[in-house]
Amino acid sequence: MLRIGCGAGFSSDRLGPAIDLAEKGRLDYLVFETCAERTLAFAHRDRKLDPKRGYNPQLRARMRGVLKACKRNGTRIVTNMGVANVPEAARVVIEVARELGLKGLKVAAVMGDEVTDLLGPDTKLFDHHDKRIAEIGLPYTSANAYLGLDAILPALESGADVIITGRVADPSLFLAPIAHKYGWRNDDWQALGRGTLVGHLMECGMQITGGYYADPGRKDVPRLADCGYPIAEVTADGGCVITKLADAGGMVTSRTVKEQLLYEVHDPARYLTPDVTADFSKVELAEDGRDRVRVGKAGGARRPDTLKVTVGFDGGFLAEAGVSYAGPNATARAKLAADILSERLGREVGIGGAGTAIRIDQIGLNALHATAHGPRQAAEDVRIRVAMRTADRAACETMLWEVESLLCCGPAGGGGYRGQITPSVVTHSALLERERVTPRVEVLVA
Amino acid sequence: MRKVKLHDIAHARAGDKGNTSNVSVWVYDPGDYPLVKAQLTADRVKQAFPNLVKGPVRRYEMDQLHGLNFVMEDALEGGVNTSLGLDSHGKSWSFLLLELDVEVPENRGPAAAT
Repeated sequence: MLRIGCGAGFSSDRLGPAIDLAEKGRLDYLVFETCAERTLAFAHRDRKLDPKRGYNPQLRARMRGVLKACKRNGTRIVTNMGVANVPEAARVVIEVARELGLKGLKVAAVMGDEVTDLLGPDTKLFDHHDKRIAEIGLPYTSANAYLGLDAILPALESGADVIITGRVADPSLFLAPIAHKYGWRNDDWQALGRGTLVGHLMECGMQITGGYYADPGRKDVPRLADCGYPIAEVTADGGCVITKLADAGGMVTSRTVKEQLLYEVHDPARYLTPDVTADFSKVELAEDGRDRVRVGKAGGARRPDTLKVTVGFDGGFLAEAGVSYAGPNATARAKLAADILSERLGREVGIGGAGTAIRIDQIGLNALHATAHGPRQAAEDVRIRVAMRTADRAACETMLWEVESLLCCGPAGGGGYRGQITPSVVTHSALLERERVTPRVEVLVA
Repeated sequence: MRKVKLHDIAHARAGDKGNTSNVSVWVYDPGDYPLVKAQLTADRVKQAFPNLVKGPVRRYEMDQLHGLNFVMEDALEGGVNTSLGLDSHGKSWSFLLLELDVEVPENRGPAAAT
């Protein structure tokens, strides 16, 4: 049996429970999944500002936290924390290993996902009505192909203690160690489909152990504040049990597993990865004791001929600013503030003008669901939030100034101004023939 | 028959890929699955949020697990790196669906007084 833990399900995921897994999980592999459309875009932005950045900002802290225990327990680490700068990330792991006295620790860097030079102005963006890159109207900055099993296997075969990648499909981070352990062929579609399900269930960390799940009174989760990361016990046929450390908070039930089963899945019978067309449509679940759910009946068919590519564009800046109103008649005062801003920003920075997108929300009256529902009637604590995306930094600064100025010249009792301007990256998706992408592995030794 | 919120009899999770949102809906009690399957059609979801869901809605059924998966295209105001909304992932879209009404027989649904 193979025991795989997940020590991060996204870029900013918690560290402590990952250390618990490294110490007490009796794991063969510990996987950190930290790369998403948003975080990849941020990483490219970071690397542009400083060529020594662009990997996961928590890489050093995570390695300091788990590397010693993993080495001691014979647990190998697989992670995409290289994000947009795998070579630099590999150097950081080596640095931490030396700092911890782990001489001889081997790090395998998986590269080749960056395909910026392989796309051009005529590349079609399938997620955007097949518009071409040139039609987006923003500077094209980066492209990363989703690598898979074939790219990670050579790194595992190198015997490395830590395998660090950039953009690979999230489930492949888990599938690769399973296929490596059990010697699966890369065209054993049934097995790869089952291993991909294990990866899919595990890749978001605590989203299967009670995170992103609790709804008090309906779905209560024990000790959510101390939620543990999941462990998968995988057998040679690709079946698995999802569980967690007994003393960790959270829970694993068929309900937590169901919600994760279709998380970010469209057609459950055709879940596309670089490795396989996985079929989750007939999956069956069985509770097998406390915090143990047995998962079976996934399938698979031939993998796609193309790889998905995340294409990044320079989106200029995202500016956000807010001010709050509370107490009697707060709704009307906030509405007045929003009206003033609409009028003045229209004049100053051109709301709806070419190249500028702007939005004003009334938090408390319906912000998250504003487009779906429109505002609610009244509240006694309302925050005006203005958000704007544009290449024009000066316009962003004008907007922040306008919102802040409401403290003295807007409606009564306005307070709590905050404003920030951050560089913005816009992403779309394209497809690339698999043959055009060449993964490679480089091994470093501490 | 009486009206309850879908939230009274089902749970849900939202996910995003680009500008497409998917929400999976799972009934607590398998006995409620047929009525949810009959009432919560793709058309119903499309019509409930005309200003938000600009593209087609497709529904996939997971009968053995008593769940439905709604895939809503062009439903995230551009997607996570484009939307100006606070919740640019649409993480809270699950609760948009759970707010919809469903009709249940008098002897089904939550025990709460109506």
